[in-house]
Amino acid sequence: MSKTNSKLASVNGVNRRQFLATTAKASCVMGMVGLGLTTVATQSRQLDPFAIRPPGALAEDDFLSACVRCGLCVEACPYDTLKLARWFEGAATGTPFFTARNIACEMCDDIPCVKACPSGSLDHKLENIDNAKMGIAVLIDEKNCLNYRGLRCDVCYRVCPLIDKAITLELQRNEKSGHHAMFLPTINPDVCTGCGKCEHACVTEQAVIKVLPSHIAMGKSAAHDTYQHTEETTLEMLNKGLSL
Amino acid sequence: MSSKHSSTSKLATRFASDAVEELGWWRSHRFLILRRLSQLSILSLFAVGPFFGLWLFKGNLSSSLFLDTVPLSDPLVTLQVLMSGHWPELSLLLGAIIVVGVYALLGGRVFCSWVCPVNIITDLASWVRRTLSLPRTSEIPQNLRYYMLTLVLILPIFTGFAVWEWLNPVPIIYRALLFGTSSGLWILVVIFLLDTFVVERAWCSHLCPTGALFSLIGKVSPVKIAAVRAEACNNCMDCFTVCPERQVLKPVLKKGSIQPLILDSDCTLCGRCIDVCAPRVFQYENRFNSKYSNRIPLKVESQL
Repeated sequence: MSKTNSKLASVNGVNRRQFLATTAKASCVMGMVGLGLTTVATQSRQLDPFAIRPPGALAEDDFLSACVRCGLCVEACPYDTLKLARWFEGAATGTPFFTARNIACEMCDDIPCVKACPSGSLDHKLENIDNAKMGIAVLIDEKNCLNYRGLRCDVCYRVCPLIDKAITLELQRNEKSGHHAMFLPTINPDVCTGCGKCEHACVTEQAVIKVLPSHIAMGKSAAHDTYQHTEETTLEMLNKGLSL
Repeated sequence: MSSKHSSTSKLATRFASDAVEELGWWRSHRFLILRRLSQLSILSLFAVGPFFGLWLFKGNLSSSLFLDTVPLSDPLVTLQVLMSGHWPELSLLLGAIIVVGVYALLGGRVFCSWVCPVNIITDLASWVRRTLSLPRTSEIPQNLRYYMLTLVLILPIFTGFAVWEWLNPVPIIYRALLFGTSSGLWILVVIFLLDTFVVERAWCSHLCPTGALFSLIGKVSPVKIAAVRAEACNNCMDCFTVCPERQVLKPVLKKGSIQPLILDSDCTLCGRCIDVCAPRVFQYENRFNSKYSNRIPLKVESQL
């Protein structure tokens, strides 16, 4: 009986003490490896502001939890817009992105990249490409924008797939000349899909209009600020006797 | 002294020269060549899409679509996605189930030796070690890979994303070739150096969590290697030298062993033991072959 017990106590020639010691050592090593891995991954999950995710991409954190980095969206893209990120590049390694200044999103009606995604990191609920929110175009440098200098460049406005909805030209008197008009490209962030056509087409050496990820491009009002939910001004609301 | 001399002179002449003499060059390299062909063909099947527009497989080993209909996905990355709290589209889950099913049938670690491109690099490292007769290196426990597997599956719970996919060398090779993202190949250089100079067979046989998962899947597989003529063994040790998981050979070659099947699922079914064995001890076998099913092996026997 005792012989059987001693045999059981050393399965594979390992006794309890050795087992515990090895397990403890291995767990410590794994703890360190885990910390290292997490550090590397957390550091490099910071997304480069010019790396734009494909249409339908979940918010960055959710996207990274879902994306399996298979490249099916990249292979589905008919315009070679999408790329997989490399190590030491702006997006988490192996995940899809595009750089609008190089190749912008052509906003295909059938959205092949989203359909190809097996993991749902590109949301299959996106059925109309006009509702995509890849990013938001921002006219980031008015000083160098030709339209702000009083010229009629209008290229960003003309190439916009949602012309007059996502980008409008707002008329303003040219104070410099005194008798001309300026046509200022103005972006409607609620409509802009972030396809990047405007950034791609901008004629200046460095684009003055750039697509940025929504979380960088957009501010956010406080939740208690009721004013944001209405078109009326604070004064009008006060005159009507509405609570602010 | 004399035995030491004979072993060094044997290495100096040529590894497995007995088998080459006895079986001929092809028979003694058969499974090595077939495996390389298999690994490279599978890589090519993926590559003819992006390079020649012939889309047989889309995607990479993480997830792919065969002939635009059959989804296939890596069970490890699928589990990571699930652990990170995201419920994927059906095709990813279905793909993982298909892959698990196929490898449960063919033998789990068949993936490692017949599909995985990292195996080419670690086999190269092992060949370099053998050819240069590099001294024995430090040992690390074989079961570390199961700790790695646990770690890889636990990390997504705490971090919320598939941490391992940053470093997983298996898809890195495929992405480098198919999508031109070659800057991740530094990881393979690290693995080569690790395997050659630090710990023998460190990656594939000690650390890789993908291999660990496929080893678990292989536990139910019918395909096994069997030492059908163990009595003919002349103790030349060539199979031990070449085997990436030499602990699996011990139970079947031990004197008085009554169980010819290598049941340890760490066996990668690479077939190199069949190649290098001059007395033809080994062959592939169906575990449920009536020859072996007349008695159920005791648990102790399969664990020895």
